[in-house]
Amino acid sequence: MAKHHVNLKVNGDEHDLLVEPRKTLLAVLRDTIGLTGTKEGCSTGDCGACTVIVDGEAVTSCMVLGVTASGKEITTIEGLAGDGELHPVQQAFINTGGYQCGFCTPGFIMASKALLDENPNRSEEEFRHALGGNICRCTGYTKILEAVLKAAEEIRTTA
Amino acid sequence: MRNFEFFEPTTLAEASRLFAQEHTQLLAGGTDLVIGMKALTEAPQSVISLQKIPGLAGVTTESDNSISVGAMTKVRAVELSADIQQHHTALAEGAAEIGSIQIRNLATIGGNIAHASPAADTVAGLLVADAQVDIASADGERTVSIDELFTGPGQTVLAPGEIITRFRLPSPASGSHYIKHKIREVMDLAFIGVAAAVNLNDGVITDARIGLAAVAPTPIRATEAENLLNGNQLTAELLAQAGEAAAAAASPISDLRCSAEHRSEMVNVLTRRTVQEAVNRA
Ligand SMILES: Cc1cc2nc3c(=O)[nH]c(=O)nc-3n(C[C@@H](O)[C@@H](O)[C@H](O)COP(=O)(O)OP(=O)(O)OC[C@H]3O[C@@H](n4cnc5c(N)ncnc54)[C@H](O)[C@@H]3O)c2cc1C
Ligand code: FES
Ligand code: FES
Repeated sequence: MAKHHVNLKVNGDEHDLLVEPRKTLLAVLRDTIGLTGTKEGCSTGDCGACTVIVDGEAVTSCMVLGVTASGKEITTIEGLAGDGELHPVQQAFINTGGYQCGFCTPGFIMASKALLDENPNRSEEEFRHALGGNICRCTGYTKILEAVLKAAEEIRTTA
Repeated sequence: MRNFEFFEPTTLAEASRLFAQEHTQLLAGGTDLVIGMKALTEAPQSVISLQKIPGLAGVTTESDNSISVGAMTKVRAVELSADIQQHHTALAEGAAEIGSIQIRNLATIGGNIAHASPAADTVAGLLVADAQVDIASADGERTVSIDELFTGPGQTVLAPGEIITRFRLPSPASGSHYIKHKIREVMDLAFIGVAAAVNLNDGVITDARIGLAAVAPTPIRATEAENLLNGNQLTAELLAQAGEAAAAAASPISDLRCSAEHRSEMVNVLTRRTVQEAVNRA
Protein backbone atom coordinates (compact mmCIF):
# COMPACT_ATOMS: atom_id res chain seq x y z
CA MET A 1 0.00 0.00 0.00
CA ALA A 2 1.33 3.36 -0.99
CA LYS A 3 2.78 5.62 1.65
CA HIS A 4 1.83 9.24 1.47
CA HIS A 5 3.86 12.40 1.66
CA VAL A 6 2.82 14.23 4.79
CA ASN A 7 3.96 17.67 5.81
CA LEU A 8 3.41 18.34 9.48
CA LYS A 9 4.19 21.52 11.36
CA VAL A 10 4.73 20.31 14.91
CA ASN A 11 5.53 22.89 17.59
CA GLY A 12 6.74 25.21 14.82
CA ASP A 13 9.07 22.66 13.16
CA GLU A 14 8.31 21.33 9.68
CA HIS A 15 8.47 17.58 9.15
CA ASP A 16 8.34 16.03 5.66
CA LEU A 17 7.42 12.41 6.17
CA LEU A 18 6.35 9.31 4.30
CA VAL A 19 3.43 7.84 6.21
CA GLU A 20 1.40 4.64 5.91
CA PRO A 21 -2.30 5.58 5.75
CA ARG A 22 -3.15 3.36 8.74
CA LYS A 23 -0.81 5.24 11.09
CA THR A 24 -2.60 7.48 13.53
CA LEU A 25 -1.38 10.99 14.21
CA LEU A 26 -0.48 9.72 17.68
CA ALA A 27 1.78 7.03 16.18
CA VAL A 28 3.36 9.52 13.78
CA LEU A 29 4.13 11.94 16.61
CA ARG A 30 5.53 9.30 18.94
CA ASP A 31 7.16 6.72 16.66
CA THR A 32 8.11 8.64 13.53
CA ILE A 33 8.97 12.05 14.95
CA GLY A 34 9.98 10.81 18.39
CA LEU A 35 7.87 13.17 20.45
CA THR A 36 6.83 10.79 23.21
CA GLY A 37 5.30 13.39 25.53
CA THR A 38 1.86 12.63 24.05
CA LYS A 39 0.62 9.42 25.68
CA GLU A 40 -1.38 6.46 24.43
CA GLY A 41 -3.90 5.26 27.00
CA CYS A 42 -7.00 3.61 25.57
CA SER A 43 -6.49 4.13 21.83
CA THR A 44 -10.28 4.37 21.47
CA GLY A 45 -10.94 8.07 22.10
CA ASP A 46 -12.10 7.57 25.67
CA CYS A 47 -9.25 8.68 27.95
CA GLY A 48 -7.83 11.92 26.50
CA ALA A 49 -4.18 10.98 27.22
CA CYS A 50 -3.35 11.51 23.52
CA THR A 51 -4.84 15.04 23.34
CA VAL A 52 -2.94 17.44 21.06
CA ILE A 53 -3.97 20.75 19.53
CA VAL A 54 -4.55 20.75 15.76
CA ASP A 55 -5.15 24.14 14.14
CA GLY A 56 -6.19 25.53 17.53
CA GLU A 57 -8.55 22.71 18.50
CA ALA A 58 -7.98 19.95 21.04
CA VAL A 59 -8.42 16.49 19.53
CA THR A 60 -7.67 12.91 20.53
CA SER A 61 -4.74 12.08 18.24
CA CYS A 62 -5.44 8.33 18.47
CA MET A 63 -8.62 8.95 16.41
CA VAL A 64 -6.87 10.92 13.62
CA LEU A 65 -5.17 9.31 10.63
CA GLY A 66 -1.75 10.92 10.26
CA VAL A 67 -2.24 11.39 6.52
CA THR A 68 -5.19 13.70 7.21
CA ALA A 69 -3.06 16.03 9.35
CA SER A 70 -0.85 17.07 6.45
CA GLY A 71 -0.52 20.84 6.21
CA LYS A 72 -1.91 21.38 9.69
CA GLU A 73 -0.32 23.04 12.70
CA ILE A 74 0.08 20.75 15.64
CA THR A 75 1.02 21.64 19.19
CA THR A 76 2.06 18.92 21.59
CA ILE A 77 3.07 19.09 25.23
CA GLU A 78 6.70 19.55 24.11
CA GLY A 79 5.75 22.80 22.36
CA LEU A 80 3.99 24.57 25.21
CA ALA A 81 6.91 26.13 27.06
CA GLY A 82 8.21 29.16 25.18
CA ASP A 83 11.84 30.26 25.70
CA GLY A 84 12.27 28.02 28.72
CA GLU A 85 9.26 29.54 30.44
CA LEU A 86 6.45 27.20 31.31
CA HIS A 87 2.88 27.88 30.20
CA PRO A 88 0.73 29.07 33.16
CA VAL A 89 -1.17 25.80 33.14
CA GLN A 90 2.06 23.77 33.31
CA GLN A 91 3.31 25.91 36.20
CA ALA A 92 -0.04 25.54 37.97
CA PHE A 93 0.11 21.73 37.72
CA ILE A 94 3.55 21.85 39.39
CA ASN A 95 2.49 24.30 42.09
CA THR A 96 -0.63 22.38 43.10
CA GLY A 97 0.76 18.89 42.51
CA GLY A 98 -1.86 18.16 39.87
CA TYR A 99 -0.41 14.74 39.02
CA GLN A 100 0.84 11.51 40.54
CA CYS A 101 2.16 9.05 37.97
CA GLY A 102 1.89 11.80 35.34
CA PHE A 103 0.60 9.60 32.52
CA CYS A 104 -2.59 11.61 32.03
CA THR A 105 -0.88 14.97 32.57
CA PRO A 106 0.12 15.90 29.00
CA GLY A 107 -3.44 15.22 27.85
CA PHE A 108 -4.97 17.20 30.69
CA ILE A 109 -2.59 20.10 30.08
CA MET A 110 -3.27 20.23 26.33
CA ALA A 111 -7.04 19.97 26.82
CA SER A 112 -6.89 22.69 29.48
CA LYS A 113 -4.72 24.91 27.32
CA ALA A 114 -7.28 24.79 24.50
CA LEU A 115 -10.09 25.59 26.95
CA LEU A 116 -8.16 28.50 28.45
CA ASP A 117 -7.32 29.89 24.99
CA GLU A 118 -11.01 29.71 24.06
CA ASN A 119 -12.37 31.18 27.31
CA PRO A 120 -10.66 31.39 30.72
CA ASN A 121 -13.90 32.72 32.26
CA ARG A 122 -15.42 29.35 33.03
CA SER A 123 -16.85 28.27 36.35
CA GLU A 124 -15.41 25.31 38.22
CA GLU A 125 -18.41 23.27 37.10
CA GLU A 126 -17.86 24.26 33.47
CA PHE A 127 -14.16 23.31 33.57
CA ARG A 128 -15.05 20.02 35.22
CA HIS A 129 -17.59 19.24 32.50
CA ALA A 130 -15.31 20.39 29.66
CA LEU A 131 -12.50 18.12 30.91
CA GLY A 132 -14.82 15.10 31.01
CA GLY A 133 -12.91 13.45 28.15
CA ASN A 134 -9.72 13.18 30.21
CA ILE A 135 -9.33 10.33 32.66
CA CYS A 136 -6.89 10.10 35.55
CA ARG A 137 -6.62 6.87 37.50
CA CYS A 138 -4.41 8.30 40.27
CA THR A 139 -5.33 11.70 41.60
CA GLY A 140 -9.07 11.82 42.14
CA TYR A 141 -9.07 15.02 40.03
CA THR A 142 -9.18 17.52 42.92
CA LYS A 143 -5.64 18.81 42.40
CA ILE A 144 -6.02 18.77 38.61
CA LEU A 145 -9.08 20.99 38.80
CA GLU A 146 -7.35 23.24 41.31
CA ALA A 147 -4.43 23.64 38.90
CA VAL A 148 -6.68 24.52 35.97
CA LEU A 149 -8.61 27.06 38.05
CA LYS A 150 -5.34 28.64 39.23
CA ALA A 151 -4.09 28.88 35.66
CA ALA A 152 -7.40 30.43 34.59
CA GLU A 153 -7.12 33.02 37.33
CA GLU A 154 -3.54 33.84 36.39
CA ILE A 155 -4.44 34.17 32.70
CA ARG A 156 -7.40 36.44 33.55
CA THR A 157 -5.32 38.75 35.76
CA THR A 158 -2.35 39.03 33.38
CA ALA A 159 -4.46 39.43 30.23
CA MET B 1 -5.50 -1.74 11.72
CA ARG B 2 -5.20 -3.33 8.26
CA ASN B 3 -3.48 -1.17 5.70
CA PHE B 4 -5.50 0.48 2.94
CA GLU B 5 -5.18 2.81 -0.01
CA PHE B 6 -6.01 6.38 0.94
CA PHE B 7 -7.74 8.83 -1.39
CA GLU B 8 -8.44 12.52 -0.90
CA PRO B 9 -10.73 13.57 -3.75
CA THR B 10 -11.47 17.27 -4.11
CA THR B 11 -14.86 16.90 -5.79
CA LEU B 12 -18.04 15.07 -4.79
CA ALA B 13 -18.24 13.40 -8.21
CA GLU B 14 -14.79 11.87 -7.78
CA ALA B 15 -15.52 10.81 -4.18
CA SER B 16 -18.77 9.19 -5.24
CA ARG B 17 -17.10 7.37 -8.14
CA LEU B 18 -14.42 5.95 -5.80
CA PHE B 19 -16.94 5.11 -3.08
CA ALA B 20 -19.15 3.17 -5.51
CA GLN B 21 -16.44 0.52 -5.76
CA GLU B 22 -16.34 -2.51 -3.48
CA HIS B 23 -14.45 -2.66 -0.18
CA THR B 24 -14.32 1.10 0.21
CA GLN B 25 -15.28 3.24 3.14
CA LEU B 26 -15.73 6.98 3.60
CA LEU B 27 -13.77 8.99 6.12
CA ALA B 28 -15.43 12.08 7.58
CA GLY B 29 -14.10 12.85 11.08
CA GLY B 30 -13.01 9.26 11.63
CA THR B 31 -14.35 8.76 15.17
CA ASP B 32 -16.44 5.74 14.16
CA LEU B 33 -14.35 4.51 11.23
CA VAL B 34 -10.94 4.59 12.94
CA ILE B 35 -12.35 2.72 15.95
CA GLY B 36 -13.91 0.17 13.60
CA MET B 37 -10.66 -0.28 11.68
CA LYS B 38 -8.69 -0.71 14.92
CA ALA B 39 -11.18 -3.35 16.09
CA LEU B 40 -11.05 -4.95 12.60
CA THR B 41 -14.84 -4.75 12.35
CA GLU B 42 -13.98 -2.50 9.39
CA ALA B 43 -11.22 -3.51 7.00
CA PRO B 44 -11.72 -1.48 3.84
CA GLN B 45 -9.23 -1.78 1.00
CA SER B 46 -9.67 1.92 0.22
CA VAL B 47 -10.57 4.83 2.43
CA ILE B 48 -11.93 7.93 0.77
CA SER B 49 -11.65 11.13 2.74
CA LEU B 50 -14.34 13.79 2.37
CA GLN B 51 -12.16 16.35 4.14
CA LYS B 52 -10.70 17.98 1.02
CA ILE B 53 -14.03 18.55 -0.74
CA PRO B 54 -14.95 22.23 -0.44
CA GLY B 55 -18.43 23.35 0.61
CA LEU B 56 -19.46 20.38 2.73
CA ALA B 57 -19.03 22.05 6.14
CA GLY B 58 -20.81 24.93 7.78
CA VAL B 59 -24.17 26.20 8.99
CA THR B 60 -26.08 28.68 6.83
CA THR B 61 -29.32 30.41 7.69
CA GLU B 62 -31.76 31.69 5.07
CA SER B 63 -33.95 34.77 5.50
CA ASP B 64 -36.96 32.57 6.44
CA ASN B 65 -34.86 31.07 9.28
CA SER B 66 -34.56 27.75 7.49
CA ILE B 67 -31.12 26.36 8.18
CA SER B 68 -28.75 24.20 6.19
CA VAL B 69 -26.09 22.15 7.96
CA GLY B 70 -23.30 20.69 5.82
CA ALA B 71 -22.65 16.99 6.39
CA MET B 72 -18.99 17.67 7.26
CA THR B 73 -19.89 20.21 9.95
CA LYS B 74 -18.22 19.21 13.21
CA VAL B 75 -20.70 18.39 15.96
CA ARG B 76 -18.84 20.95 18.11
CA ALA B 77 -19.81 23.61 15.54
CA VAL B 78 -23.43 22.39 15.58
CA GLU B 79 -23.43 22.65 19.38
CA LEU B 80 -22.01 26.20 19.30
CA SER B 81 -24.02 27.60 16.34
CA ALA B 82 -26.14 30.48 17.65
CA ASP B 83 -28.78 29.88 14.95
CA ILE B 84 -29.12 26.19 15.76
CA GLN B 85 -29.20 26.97 19.48
CA GLN B 86 -32.04 29.40 18.88
CA HIS B 87 -34.17 27.63 16.27
CA HIS B 88 -33.32 23.97 16.86
CA THR B 89 -32.27 23.89 20.49
CA ALA B 90 -32.78 20.12 20.73
CA LEU B 91 -30.22 19.55 17.96
CA ALA B 92 -27.62 21.81 19.62
CA GLU B 93 -28.26 20.03 22.93
CA GLY B 94 -27.87 16.63 21.28
CA ALA B 95 -24.60 17.61 19.61
CA ALA B 96 -23.28 18.83 22.98
CA GLU B 97 -23.96 15.38 24.46
CA ILE B 98 -21.53 13.56 22.16
CA GLY B 99 -18.35 12.21 23.79
CA SER B 100 -15.87 14.88 24.84
CA ILE B 101 -14.82 18.22 23.34
CA GLN B 102 -11.84 16.42 21.78
CA ILE B 103 -14.24 13.99 20.07
CA ARG B 104 -16.71 16.73 19.09
CA ASN B 105 -13.88 18.64 17.39
CA LEU B 106 -13.44 15.62 15.08
CA ALA B 107 -16.89 14.01 14.73
CA THR B 108 -19.16 15.29 11.96
CA ILE B 109 -22.95 15.40 11.96
CA GLY B 110 -22.97 13.50 8.64
CA GLY B 111 -20.97 10.67 10.19
CA ASN B 112 -23.14 10.59 13.29
CA ILE B 113 -26.19 10.04 11.05
CA ALA B 114 -24.64 7.84 8.32
CA HIS B 115 -23.22 5.45 10.93
CA ALA B 116 -26.91 4.89 11.87
CA SER B 117 -26.45 4.00 15.50
CA PRO B 118 -29.98 4.06 17.00
CA ALA B 119 -28.39 5.92 19.95
CA ALA B 120 -26.76 8.71 17.92
CA ASP B 121 -27.21 11.94 19.84
CA THR B 122 -27.97 14.23 16.89
CA VAL B 123 -30.72 12.05 15.47
CA ALA B 124 -33.64 12.96 17.76
CA GLY B 125 -32.95 16.67 17.22
CA LEU B 126 -32.88 16.17 13.44
CA LEU B 127 -36.14 14.17 13.61
CA VAL B 128 -37.98 16.97 15.42
CA ALA B 129 -36.48 19.49 12.98
CA ASP B 130 -38.08 17.44 10.18
CA ALA B 131 -34.64 17.42 8.54
CA GLN B 132 -34.36 16.81 4.82
CA VAL B 133 -31.22 14.87 3.94
CA ASP B 134 -29.56 15.81 0.65
CA ILE B 135 -27.67 12.95 -0.93
CA ALA B 136 -25.30 13.08 -3.91
CA SER B 137 -23.96 10.33 -6.16
CA ALA B 138 -22.55 9.93 -9.64
CA ASP B 139 -26.17 9.57 -10.85
CA GLY B 140 -27.27 12.93 -9.45
CA GLU B 141 -28.93 14.12 -6.28
CA ARG B 142 -31.89 13.07 -4.21
CA THR B 143 -33.46 14.10 -0.93
CA VAL B 144 -34.72 11.78 1.79
CA SER B 145 -36.61 12.81 4.87
CA ILE B 146 -34.66 11.92 8.03
CA ASP B 147 -37.44 9.61 9.23
CA GLU B 148 -37.07 7.57 6.02
CA LEU B 149 -33.27 7.36 6.09
CA PHE B 150 -32.82 4.47 8.52
CA THR B 151 -33.74 0.86 7.79
CA GLY B 152 -32.24 -0.86 10.86
CA PRO B 153 -29.37 -0.64 13.35
CA GLY B 154 -26.35 0.52 11.32
CA GLN B 155 -28.47 0.43 8.14
CA THR B 156 -29.67 3.25 5.90
CA VAL B 157 -31.20 3.67 2.45
CA LEU B 158 -27.84 5.00 1.20
CA ALA B 159 -26.67 3.01 -1.84
CA PRO B 160 -22.99 2.41 -2.69
CA GLY B 161 -21.52 5.69 -3.87
CA GLU B 162 -24.14 7.86 -2.17
CA ILE B 163 -22.83 10.64 0.04
CA ILE B 164 -24.84 12.83 2.40
CA THR B 165 -24.06 16.45 1.55
CA ARG B 166 -26.25 18.38 3.96
CA PHE B 167 -29.23 18.47 6.27
CA ARG B 168 -31.89 21.08 5.55
CA LEU B 169 -34.01 22.16 8.48
CA PRO B 170 -37.03 23.83 6.87
CA SER B 171 -39.08 25.02 9.79
CA PRO B 172 -37.74 26.57 13.00
CA ALA B 173 -39.39 25.55 16.27
CA SER B 174 -39.89 28.24 18.88
CA GLY B 175 -39.28 25.69 21.65
CA SER B 176 -37.43 22.38 21.63
CA HIS B 177 -35.46 20.22 24.02
CA TYR B 178 -33.40 17.00 24.04
CA ILE B 179 -32.81 14.71 26.99
CA LYS B 180 -30.22 11.94 26.89
CA HIS B 181 -30.91 9.24 29.46
CA LYS B 182 -27.51 8.10 30.67
CA ILE B 183 -25.57 7.23 33.80
CA ARG B 184 -22.41 9.28 33.48
CA GLU B 185 -22.41 13.05 33.11
CA VAL B 186 -20.20 12.88 29.98
CA MET B 187 -18.66 10.14 27.83
CA ASP B 188 -21.63 7.82 27.99
CA LEU B 189 -23.94 6.45 25.32
CA ALA B 190 -27.67 7.12 25.53
CA PHE B 191 -29.91 4.42 27.01
CA ILE B 192 -32.56 6.42 25.24
CA GLY B 193 -32.75 9.89 23.75
CA VAL B 194 -35.93 11.94 23.53
CA ALA B 195 -36.45 15.25 21.74
CA ALA B 196 -39.57 17.40 21.53
CA ALA B 197 -40.26 20.52 19.47
CA VAL B 198 -43.34 22.75 19.38
CA ASN B 199 -44.64 26.05 18.15
CA LEU B 200 -47.35 27.84 20.14
CA ASN B 201 -50.24 29.87 18.77
CA ASP B 202 -52.03 31.71 21.60
CA GLY B 203 -51.03 28.96 23.99
CA VAL B 204 -52.22 26.23 21.61
CA ILE B 205 -49.61 23.71 20.48
CA THR B 206 -48.94 23.48 16.76
CA ASP B 207 -46.28 21.50 14.90
CA ALA B 208 -45.60 19.17 17.83
CA ARG B 209 -42.78 16.79 17.01
CA ILE B 210 -41.37 14.05 19.20
CA GLY B 211 -38.27 12.08 18.25
CA LEU B 212 -37.15 8.91 20.01
CA ALA B 213 -33.67 7.37 19.78
CA ALA B 214 -32.43 3.99 20.97
CA VAL B 215 -35.90 2.61 21.70
CA ALA B 216 -36.55 0.82 18.40
CA PRO B 217 -34.43 -0.71 15.59
CA THR B 218 -34.35 2.76 14.02
CA PRO B 219 -34.91 6.23 15.45
CA ILE B 220 -38.63 7.06 15.23
CA ARG B 221 -41.18 9.86 15.50
CA ALA B 222 -43.95 9.38 18.08
CA THR B 223 -46.73 10.52 15.75
CA GLU B 224 -49.67 9.42 17.95
CA ALA B 225 -48.32 11.50 20.80
CA GLU B 226 -47.77 14.43 18.42
CA ASN B 227 -51.38 14.21 17.18
CA LEU B 228 -52.67 14.28 20.75
CA LEU B 229 -50.76 17.49 21.44
CA ASN B 230 -51.51 19.39 18.24
CA GLY B 231 -54.38 21.87 18.52
CA ASN B 232 -54.50 21.72 22.32
CA GLN B 233 -53.21 23.64 25.29
CA LEU B 234 -50.84 21.69 27.47
CA THR B 235 -52.45 20.27 30.61
CA ALA B 236 -51.13 17.70 33.05
CA GLU B 237 -53.63 15.20 31.68
CA LEU B 238 -52.62 15.79 28.07
CA LEU B 239 -48.96 15.50 29.00
CA ALA B 240 -49.63 12.14 30.67
CA GLN B 241 -51.49 10.90 27.58
CA ALA B 242 -48.69 12.02 25.29
CA GLY B 243 -46.11 10.25 27.47
CA GLU B 244 -48.08 7.02 27.30
CA ALA B 245 -48.59 7.29 23.55
CA ALA B 246 -44.85 7.83 23.02
CA ALA B 247 -44.03 4.81 25.20
CA ALA B 248 -46.50 2.74 23.16
CA ALA B 249 -44.68 3.73 19.96
CA ALA B 250 -41.38 2.42 21.28
CA SER B 251 -40.26 -1.21 20.89
CA PRO B 252 -37.14 -1.24 23.03
CA ILE B 253 -34.81 -4.15 23.68
CA SER B 254 -33.30 -5.35 26.94
CA ASP B 255 -29.53 -5.34 26.98
CA LEU B 256 -26.69 -5.24 29.46
CA ARG B 257 -27.28 -1.56 30.06
CA CYS B 258 -30.98 -1.60 30.96
CA SER B 259 -34.21 -3.56 30.54
CA ALA B 260 -36.89 -2.98 27.92
CA GLU B 261 -39.40 -2.19 30.70
CA HIS B 262 -37.18 0.51 32.08
CA ARG B 263 -36.65 1.97 28.62
CA SER B 264 -40.42 2.08 27.98
CA GLU B 265 -41.12 3.71 31.30
CA MET B 266 -38.38 6.27 30.69
CA VAL B 267 -39.75 7.12 27.23
CA ASN B 268 -42.99 8.05 28.99
CA VAL B 269 -41.23 10.12 31.67
CA LEU B 270 -38.79 11.85 29.31
CA THR B 271 -41.48 12.62 26.74
CA ARG B 272 -43.39 14.46 29.46
CA ARG B 273 -40.26 16.33 30.51
CA THR B 274 -39.11 17.29 27.01
CA VAL B 275 -42.58 18.36 25.86
CA GLN B 276 -43.07 20.45 29.02
CA GLU B 277 -39.68 22.12 28.55
CA ALA B 278 -40.26 22.71 24.82
CA VAL B 279 -43.56 24.43 25.65
CA ASN B 280 -41.88 26.49 28.40
CA ARG B 281 -39.29 27.67 25.92
CA ALA B 282 -41.74 28.39 23.08
C1 LIG C 1 -14.91 8.23 22.70
C2 LIG C 1 -16.13 8.39 21.84
C3 LIG C 1 -17.32 8.77 22.43
C4 LIG C 1 -18.47 8.91 21.66
N1 LIG C 1 -19.63 9.31 22.25
C5 LIG C 1 -20.75 9.47 21.51
C6 LIG C 1 -21.96 9.89 22.11
O1 LIG C 1 -22.02 10.14 23.31
N2 LIG C 1 -23.05 10.05 21.31
C7 LIG C 1 -23.01 9.80 19.96
O2 LIG C 1 -24.01 9.98 19.29
N3 LIG C 1 -21.87 9.39 19.37
C8 LIG C 1 -20.75 9.20 20.12
N4 LIG C 1 -19.60 8.77 19.52
C9 LIG C 1 -19.64 8.46 18.08
C10 LIG C 1 -19.55 9.73 17.25
O3 LIG C 1 -18.31 10.37 17.51
C11 LIG C 1 -19.68 9.37 15.81
O4 LIG C 1 -20.95 8.81 15.55
C12 LIG C 1 -19.45 10.54 14.87
O5 LIG C 1 -20.46 11.52 14.91
C13 LIG C 1 -19.30 10.02 13.47
O6 LIG C 1 -18.86 11.07 12.64
P1 LIG C 1 -17.41 11.03 11.98
O7 LIG C 1 -17.30 12.26 11.18
O8 LIG C 1 -16.37 10.81 13.01
O9 LIG C 1 -17.61 9.74 11.08
P2 LIG C 1 -16.56 8.72 10.44
O10 LIG C 1 -16.02 7.81 11.47
O11 LIG C 1 -15.58 9.44 9.58
O12 LIG C 1 -17.56 7.94 9.51
C14 LIG C 1 -18.51 7.04 10.06
C15 LIG C 1 -19.23 6.30 8.95
O13 LIG C 1 -20.22 7.10 8.35
C16 LIG C 1 -20.09 7.15 6.94
N5 LIG C 1 -20.17 8.54 6.53
C17 LIG C 1 -19.56 9.59 7.13
N6 LIG C 1 -19.91 10.75 6.52
C18 LIG C 1 -20.75 10.41 5.52
C19 LIG C 1 -21.47 11.17 4.53
N7 LIG C 1 -21.36 12.52 4.46
N8 LIG C 1 -22.26 10.51 3.66
C20 LIG C 1 -22.39 9.15 3.72
N9 LIG C 1 -21.73 8.39 4.63
C21 LIG C 1 -20.93 9.01 5.52
C22 LIG C 1 -18.74 6.54 6.61
O14 LIG C 1 -18.91 5.60 5.60
C23 LIG C 1 -18.28 5.86 7.89
O15 LIG C 1 -18.36 4.48 7.81
C24 LIG C 1 -18.43 8.65 20.26
C25 LIG C 1 -17.22 8.27 19.67
C26 LIG C 1 -16.09 8.13 20.44
C27 LIG C 1 -14.80 7.75 19.79
S1 FES D 1 -5.36 7.20 23.81
FE1 FES D 1 -6.54 8.56 22.65
S2 FES D 1 -8.21 8.97 23.91
FE2 FES D 1 -7.17 7.40 25.01
S1 FES E 1 -1.62 11.04 37.47
FE1 FES E 1 -1.62 8.93 37.04
S2 FES E 1 -3.25 8.81 35.56
FE2 FES E 1 -3.39 10.82 36.26
